[in-house]
Amino acid sequence: MKRFIGFVKKEFYHIFRDKRSMFILFGMPIAQIMLFGFAITNEINNVNIAILDQSKDSETQKIINKINASQYFNIEQKISSESQIESVFKKGKVKAVLVFENQFIKNLQTKKQAKVQVITDATDPNIANAITNYVNAILQNYTQEFKRDSPSSYQIQTQTQLYYNPELKSVFNFVPGVMTIILMLVSAMMTSISITREKELGTMEVLLVSPLRPFQVIIGKVFPYVFLSIINATIIVLLGFFVFKMPVEGSLFLLSFESILFIISALSLGILISTISNSQQTAMMISLMGLMLPVIILSGFIFPISSMPMPMQIISNIIPAKWFIIIIKAIMLKGASITIIWKETLILIGMTVFFIVLSIKKYKIRLE
Amino acid sequence: MSIIVQNISKSYNDIKAVENISFEVKEGELFGLIGPDGAGKTTIFRILTTLLLSNEGSATVADFDVVKDYKSIRNSVGYMPGKFSLYQDLTVEENLTFFATIFGTTIEENYDLIKDIYIQIEPFKKRRAGALSGGMKQKLALCCALIHKPKVLFLDEPTTGVDPVSRKEFWEMLKQLQKKGITILVSTPYMDEAAMCDRIALIQKGKILKIDSPENVTKKYDKIIYDIRAKDTYQLIQDLKHYPSQYSVFAFGEYLHYIDKKQNFNSTELLTYLQNKNHTEIEIHISNPTIEDVFMDL
Repeated sequence: MKRFIGFVKKEFYHIFRDKRSMFILFGMPIAQIMLFGFAITNEINNVNIAILDQSKDSETQKIINKINASQYFNIEQKISSESQIESVFKKGKVKAVLVFENQFIKNLQTKKQAKVQVITDATDPNIANAITNYVNAILQNYTQEFKRDSPSSYQIQTQTQLYYNPELKSVFNFVPGVMTIILMLVSAMMTSISITREKELGTMEVLLVSPLRPFQVIIGKVFPYVFLSIINATIIVLLGFFVFKMPVEGSLFLLSFESILFIISALSLGILISTISNSQQTAMMISLMGLMLPVIILSGFIFPISSMPMPMQIISNIIPAKWFIIIIKAIMLKGASITIIWKETLILIGMTVFFIVLSIKKYKIRLE
Repeated sequence: MSIIVQNISKSYNDIKAVENISFEVKEGELFGLIGPDGAGKTTIFRILTTLLLSNEGSATVADFDVVKDYKSIRNSVGYMPGKFSLYQDLTVEENLTFFATIFGTTIEENYDLIKDIYIQIEPFKKRRAGALSGGMKQKLALCCALIHKPKVLFLDEPTTGVDPVSRKEFWEMLKQLQKKGITILVSTPYMDEAAMCDRIALIQKGKILKIDSPENVTKKYDKIIYDIRAKDTYQLIQDLKHYPSQYSVFAFGEYLHYIDKKQNFNSTELLTYLQNKNHTEIEIHISNPTIEDVFMDL
């Protein structure tokens, strides 16, 4: 234990005496939030939606078929009551629910107008906006066709309702995203660099020829970064909460647990990188190209995964960040509990264990 | 025996770094590996400190096998790699404390062992290691390698890049440590340092050429060496190389070391030859062979 404390103390000296490390650790979260504050427009493709058809008549069926036939939407399920809306959203399977009012066809024929309600999950405001626009377009198209068949004027009214993020704040999307990127950066890149630095300076040789076991060296190396990453995550959540009014609906305990889990998985990736690179520069390049880019592009943070081509969608599944973003969005915005996100959590645990086992196996007890 | 090396060979890809090397180091001995850069000295150190696995052969350090008992060796040896390998951003004191802690000891516990060396760098204990001079860096590195009272000390080129005064001090420190019963294996490319060792192994291109005490190495040398000097050194080398009975000629400090093939070599004949070549201020006299002379001839 004394050895461990001595080692961790040394690591903290390294971090606090290096201006670059300090900048990445504490300047980066703020800089990133500013950077990603810009809105980013998205296209949608094959978005999963649910249908609540209270009328179940020939006209609603036509409209549903039309929506299903478009490339933009995919009807994931049909629900039968309003009370189910909340639960399908929480499961995260659908991005929108279309509600057809009761006696749709009758209203259309007698009152000359009928109502469709579009309820969207606005945790990702760009997608929510796009969905509403696309649904409107399809319905307008339908009305025109309907008019051609019968000369009298008919009208379908769409009502939009936004769930979870009614003000369409994109900050609600990028705070979890930035948190993911920062944790990945600090944990994976910083540890891989700090381990390879020992290799590069030759101190690893001395550490190897000492009674320290490999796992002691690794734990001693990563512990300070676990600690600092937790501080970072806290800073980001606090910044989000106080500056951008980002809510935290779910339990803070669950949020911390999931964050620590993600931090550990990123750290083990960092260790893995350090075992395959011999210089700080290589470690940095691998971390940036191999981790940061996929995290930014494939995690669903900026570009919606559902709109990606199939191969990319499949690849996105092996990115831990994707699962973490789903998890923290669910906790922060929807107040989800573990019963809802247990599957994602389990995937993340599995990945973490895999990376840890692999990096311990690859860690060299000798120089080659 | 403190170190036993038997028929060790090691190659990196196709390049043979050391080839069929064997030697033994007695307990409490100061043993030197003498050879130029690239001779394989560092490879031998790394094999003995369990950092590399040899392709062939076996070795023991302090009665532990370098492959099977690598953990025990790592507990009981001190190692100072060729490259300065302490933490540059930590102070002198922090470096020493760190190495004491990871070996499960404290500075106070083994202070008497490092005292003589540490006293010299103690005035700078709050200075970062990166800001120390070359000589002081080496002293600090030696302190760190000694702090856990190792049975065997491995020093890979400890005096490279160190000024001549500090080098001399460093070797005197090694002599003191030897008196405390620590076995020391040291490597150096400087031939003049070889004389400070109890025994030396001359090594070149991965092969050991000779193992003996420095005195014996020079005493057994059977050729006569002449120190020759003249005003134009470059022309002198050229002319000596063309002297019919020359065996070897190379620069050695301010003189040239010249060896002749003939047993009945007559220096006046050479003097006349050089005078005919228009050399001035010619000096020729017999020199004592050094380890470098022996090495050059191997």
